Amino acid sequence: MLATTGLEFQYNRKTKMDFPDVLCGRGEQWLILGESGSGKTTLLHLLGGLRKPQKGQIVIGDTDITSLSGQHLDIFRGRNIGIVFQQAHFVRSLTIQDNLLLAQKLAGMSTDLGQVHQLLARLNIEDKANDKPHRLSVGERQRASICRALINRPRLILADEPTSALDDHNCQEVIQLIKNQAAADEVTLLIVTHDNRLRSQFEHQIVLNN
Amino acid sequence: MNVFKLSWKNLINKPLSLVLSTTLFALGVGLISLLLLLNKQLEEKFDKNLAGIDLVLGAKGSPLQLILCNMYHIDAPTGNIDISEARAFLRPDHPLISDAVPLSLGDNYRNFRIVGTTPDFLDLYEAKIEKGQLFKMHFDVVAGANVARSLNLEIGDTFFSAHGFDHEEELEHESDHPFKVTGILEPTGAVIDQLIVTTTPTIWMVHEHGVQDDATMHEGEEDHDQGAEDHDHEGHDHGDGDHDHDHEGHDHEDGDHDHDHEGHDHNALANMYQAPLESYVDKQITSILIRFSARNFRTLSMQRNINENTNLQAATPAIEINRLFSLMGVGLDTLRVLAWVIVFVSGLSIFISLLNSLRDRQYELALMRVMGATRMKLGVLIIIEGLMIAVLGYIFGILISHLAVEYLSDYMQEAYRYSLTGKIWLQAETWLLGGCLLVGLISAIIPAILAIRTDISETLART
Repeated sequence: MLATTGLEFQYNRKTKMDFPDVLCGRGEQWLILGESGSGKTTLLHLLGGLRKPQKGQIVIGDTDITSLSGQHLDIFRGRNIGIVFQQAHFVRSLTIQDNLLLAQKLAGMSTDLGQVHQLLARLNIEDKANDKPHRLSVGERQRASICRALINRPRLILADEPTSALDDHNCQEVIQLIKNQAAADEVTLLIVTHDNRLRSQFEHQIVLNN
Repeated sequence: MNVFKLSWKNLINKPLSLVLSTTLFALGVGLISLLLLLNKQLEEKFDKNLAGIDLVLGAKGSPLQLILCNMYHIDAPTGNIDISEARAFLRPDHPLISDAVPLSLGDNYRNFRIVGTTPDFLDLYEAKIEKGQLFKMHFDVVAGANVARSLNLEIGDTFFSAHGFDHEEELEHESDHPFKVTGILEPTGAVIDQLIVTTTPTIWMVHEHGVQDDATMHEGEEDHDQGAEDHDHEGHDHGDGDHDHDHEGHDHEDGDHDHDHEGHDHNALANMYQAPLESYVDKQITSILIRFSARNFRTLSMQRNINENTNLQAATPAIEINRLFSLMGVGLDTLRVLAWVIVFVSGLSIFISLLNSLRDRQYELALMRVMGATRMKLGVLIIIEGLMIAVLGYIFGILISHLAVEYLSDYMQEAYRYSLTGKIWLQAETWLLGGCLLVGLISAIIPAILAIRTDISETLART
């Protein structure tokens, strides 16, 4: 499902990062652990097609995303990769429901309000559908951002420190949600974190030490 | 959730900034459109009222005043001229003059000027009778379209005039013969719509009566006798055969003076002042509107001759009106510059508000890229926001100016005898929309480029 080979990235001449090859099968759930500055976020951005590596290949499904450019990459990302960020940001002027519809629209999918509500219900925040993002609690927002990552039925979900801003209780809840939802849709899940609370939850783990 | 809806939601998410930008824009657009509307309509009206008139003859004074008073019916007359002096120009066989229309001003009815003239006056403005017929007798009037509409005049209605040009109750000629509406004109768009037209002698008679009445009071004579004397006199002048008949009417020892008086007048009217105007050498008129049969050096020298060698003044309407427009032009140009400055400032305000909101929304924009939005889409989003403000401002501005003109028109009609309308659409206003879109586009272009250049990864990593 996801295969990287010989990834290298350089912000400038001094800091060159090599990344271990990653190979994840369909529906597998992986944890990538690393301290701050180990290049976790950089790896996640590379995998999500937000940055281009100087060397190496990233194959998602049977597409090498390093060979995609411009709008092809944008559209591929929108359709195939869902990303959950450490802090759940939304388009502030839109309601949660409209944010999800926008995610469908921007990925070039047809908008489906029924699907949006179904997903919100699955994550137990259907009653927030017509609220603006700033009216939701941190936990609710994180759940809504998981909805957004899932809405286009992607093949891959990338999560960047999804739990580090949450307390233990919310941390467990959110991580279970992500795992369950990913499993339900048979989506490959890859979580990048330094949060050691998650170690026990994943059998596939990679440790970064750049 | 298309890009227009998204742009709109983004705009109304910052209502104050939207209101500020839109209001500024609307002010600029409104001012420009107002100037366009006024300029266009005033020029049209002024042109229409030129009515092919080459020269206006009147009393000495300001030539502009002469034109404004006698052609546009705005200003007061420069004075009256004696027919004895003007008679040469009223001759139908004058070699240079094809039309000469005498005007007598001095009375109004509810602020609408009563013009004593000949039926030729209607031809100047190509005015046609819509209802009724042309004035046949003195004190018969034909009412302009706007006069009839404003005052609800119908054929057969009678009224008393008031002296001067502003309606005041105490100046009403109470004891005079009433005017009678015999015809109503079709709308022409020219100044005649705002006038009440009657015969020249009617104006003389209205004022003779007034003067005579006063004189009689001072002499302590009876009203009754005075009336008889007056008519005696007129009859005498023209060798009027119905003289006796008049007297009979008068001999009634009727207590109802007014009734008697009117009845008497009516019989007499048909026969008074029937000769051509130029034969009444002791009478006065206000002006003569002249069309030349051809414009040449003789007509030019005629104007100079009149101004240098007679007590009359001759003024050329086109020249005076051009002078007036060039005087007003400075003010209009200043306003136009001001309007464009406002539009420029409003463009700047759109630019600043878009730039500010861009800074706030950088993360959002990166997020939209993550969700699959292409760079161009973000650029388009920002540009549409700029254009939306411009279009909104344009719509409000146009609304403001058209409503303002519509509102102004009531006032203008009273003060300047011009009816304006806000219910028209000018070609220039369509161009103005293009200009507004351009301003919106230019204001949005730098913010849009910044949005296009947003680096997703860096922006997202910055949190």
